[in-house]
Amino acid sequence: MNRQRLILHSMTKVVSFIILSFSIFLFFAGHNEPGGGFIGGLMTASALLLLYVSFDIQTIRRVIPFDYVKMIAVGLLLAIGTGLIGMLFGLPFLTQFDDYFQLPILGETHLATALPFDLGIYLVVIGVALLVILTIAEDDS
Amino acid sequence: MLDTVFLITLFVMAVAMLALFYRAIKGPTMSDRIVALDTLGISLIGFIGIVMMIQDTLAYSDVMLVLAILAFIGSIALAKFVEGGVVLDRTRD
Repeated sequence: MNRQRLILHSMTKVVSFIILSFSIFLFFAGHNEPGGGFIGGLMTASALLLLYVSFDIQTIRRVIPFDYVKMIAVGLLLAIGTGLIGMLFGLPFLTQFDDYFQLPILGETHLATALPFDLGIYLVVIGVALLVILTIAEDDS
Repeated sequence: MLDTVFLITLFVMAVAMLALFYRAIKGPTMSDRIVALDTLGISLIGFIGIVMMIQDTLAYSDVMLVLAILAFIGSIALAKFVEGGVVLDRTRD
């Protein structure tokens, strides 16, 4: 059974990393171009799903020991916490701040608080998608 | 000249996708449906590529990549379903 999937296994080991790097590109492109936390999270979830489909749940759970429920909680806390920063200064909820900074290697960089908010959405989307798929796949009846 | 070629190509690809859609719904066996759905995804990528050439833009290249990834994973999952009936194995055999 295991030797029959030689092509699938060797292809997955390459393709999943391509999809993961594409998802990181989509995540960082989200500020000015199409992309963002939601579609980046979906692409990461599909890369991990490719690993789950190609190998099996037990092996991948040992290799990637993430608890997706905690991942959803951390993502929600990050997104809500980013929104609450504006309320500390008397501004409306989800107010964004951005500025240009001089960083050591990158030079002048545009940093915005929309990035941690997007990171929260990214974690929530990965957690929800994989939790739903794995829960349905492990259902016994 | 090239615009006419683009329009003819779009028309031919639309007819091909209609035929694929018919095969995906009607297809006598499961394998027919899987091959039709996979080819439908690939044709959609080509269709978007030609639309991108007509509009002379690069805006839809992300759409093509996402579609290619989703069609690829869908084909693998459906092929595994046809082969063994189980998409996600629980343990290593």
